[in-house]
Amino acid sequence: MKSYRDVFSELSRQKRAALIPFFVVGDPDFDTSLALVQAAIDAGADVLELGIPFSDPIADGPTIQKADIRAVRSGMNVRRAMEFIRQVKQHRDIPIGLLMYYNLVCHYGKAEFFRDARDAGVNSVLIADMTIDDADEVLGSVRDAGLDSVFMVTPNTSPERMKQIAAQTTGFIYTVSVLGVTGSRDALSDSVEDLVRRLKSLTNVPVCVGFGISKPEHARAVADAGADGAIIGSRIVGMIEANLHNPGKAIAEVSAFLTQVKAALSTSRQGPAAV
Amino acid sequence: MKHRGRYGDYGGYYVPEVLIPVLEELEEAFDRFRDDPAFVAELAELSTHYAGRPTPLYHAKRFSEHVGFKVYLKREDLLHGGAHKVNNTLGQGLLAKHMGKSKLIAETGAGQHGLATAMIGALLGMETKIFMGVTDVERQSVNVHKMKLCGAEVIPVEGGTGTLKDAINDALRYWTSHVTDTFYLFGTAAGPHPYPTIVRHFQSCISREARQQFLDQTGRLPDMVVACVGGGSNAIGAFAHFIDDPDVELIGVEAGGQGVATGKHAASIVAGTPGVLHGARSYLLQDAEGQVMDTESISAGLDYPGVGPEHCHLSDIGRARYVAADDAEVLETFGLLARIEGILPALESTHALAYVAGLKGTLGPETIVMVNLSGRGDKDVGIVEQHRPLE
Repeated sequence: MKSYRDVFSELSRQKRAALIPFFVVGDPDFDTSLALVQAAIDAGADVLELGIPFSDPIADGPTIQKADIRAVRSGMNVRRAMEFIRQVKQHRDIPIGLLMYYNLVCHYGKAEFFRDARDAGVNSVLIADMTIDDADEVLGSVRDAGLDSVFMVTPNTSPERMKQIAAQTTGFIYTVSVLGVTGSRDALSDSVEDLVRRLKSLTNVPVCVGFGISKPEHARAVADAGADGAIIGSRIVGMIEANLHNPGKAIAEVSAFLTQVKAALSTSRQGPAAV
Repeated sequence: MKHRGRYGDYGGYYVPEVLIPVLEELEEAFDRFRDDPAFVAELAELSTHYAGRPTPLYHAKRFSEHVGFKVYLKREDLLHGGAHKVNNTLGQGLLAKHMGKSKLIAETGAGQHGLATAMIGALLGMETKIFMGVTDVERQSVNVHKMKLCGAEVIPVEGGTGTLKDAINDALRYWTSHVTDTFYLFGTAAGPHPYPTIVRHFQSCISREARQQFLDQTGRLPDMVVACVGGGSNAIGAFAHFIDDPDVELIGVEAGGQGVATGKHAASIVAGTPGVLHGARSYLLQDAEGQVMDTESISAGLDYPGVGPEHCHLSDIGRARYVAADDAEVLETFGLLARIEGILPALESTHALAYVAGLKGTLGPETIVMVNLSGRGDKDVGIVEQHRPLE
């Protein structure tokens, strides 16, 4: 199974930041969702960020919240998500990070969840409503399962917490570019460059930026700022929402968009620092 | 954070990273001001002259005759705004002012917390936004109107079932985008630390007063204190100063909706299992997949799938007992109290009364029971009329 280290090392040699699309697993249904994710891989995704849908996703904006509800209503649950991931990995072996909420992990059973996730082909699990302060509740099980840890840093995270987060993170640091929830935004926050620079001075693990990246230029800007990856969620999920009755069109639009982003990342002026 | 905010296995602060600095700031401000003489004096002044504290402890003689034991009502319904909610909004509103925040947001179910926040926003000259589920906007339209009259903006929330849970989701989301100048005035003793502690502190005036009033009026403490539980703010306020009195039985009454057995209810402790929602571990109504369930109650204020962490702990250690009253019992008791005492209780508070009414004939005549009448029922008259039209 391909690790984050494999992928980010290779990208570092190519001086290119990773394209990391985000999908809600099972949005709008299992088969369409799988076709979308496979198309994203074919369009050049380097790493996948997959959300297991939850009824009350408080870190997410309305676009992803609606996708969560669609996916839950279509019958998606944690066990089916594991099957979904197995099928994605059969298409191609690229690293997969899960993004989810703590209640689902607790309900499934922590040790069993991380073990099953690893067996399905997952590389890391980011729990959106768990901070570094409570990481002890899961890190033992994460390590036992052989998974990488991923935590978030936001523009208002104190330098001291950044150090703690950097010390506990083995996969990549999920850097939130704005104060707020997920969602497409017209302009990227000015604070991204400074945030990436500060994190890069603290850690050697890759620094990826998400929240608010909705255009190829945004992705290129975060790569130029030195980030190792650009995570794009709401814009993609919005394309799915706009084409609920025409899955083929959704797939074509997502695929074309990611191809553009990939091209933008490939022509980024400066590549990320070596991993 | 300085404290972990745990009550046994419950509580904590399970939130996105972006909220940590603001919760830390809130915790620090609360620790600094809670016993600050100037802050305490200002709160006391407003509690007395604006909100109307102390509230009476009323011996409901005709209701007592009906059930066969002594029932006292702690009249939080007589407070300005018509509910206990003002205790908390005054406290947190002053805290927000002392922290230098200029804007308030709040979530509301029945509208009582929304109204109490709107009132305090007006009083303190702060811009106020109230998040309210669309279902609740419809069923509590009088309170929506009152909030707007106080100058608050009411934001209808369409997600989920359009009830309190969804209003909290959206208020939390809004807060994460406006953390710099906005204070989230959380309405119940749930949510992430330090809210359960803060709300308990500002609501504990209920039991502090009641304890002394019992000693003054009856020469002893009550045998039982009963309060309704949604998130649990009035109940924790009513329990707080009796928790160390082992002879006082504490009963929390949850929303049984159409009956706990039907699955259409909001009885989180009675029928839930531990889980994590809105920043805290608590008893939670969740389905077989761990998704949070839709709840159902005639009372918008109790229509919530989680519950405050201290209640979960009190239940686990056996210090308080939690039961449920269903909609039918509640409607019957609403009419009963109106007819024999001339008091219209909020449908929320009526859950506590319904449980006590159900004890008729089971307790001795000298038994003293306190019911926390957490709010008044004017806002619910339309709902009651829909279900039980007067002839």
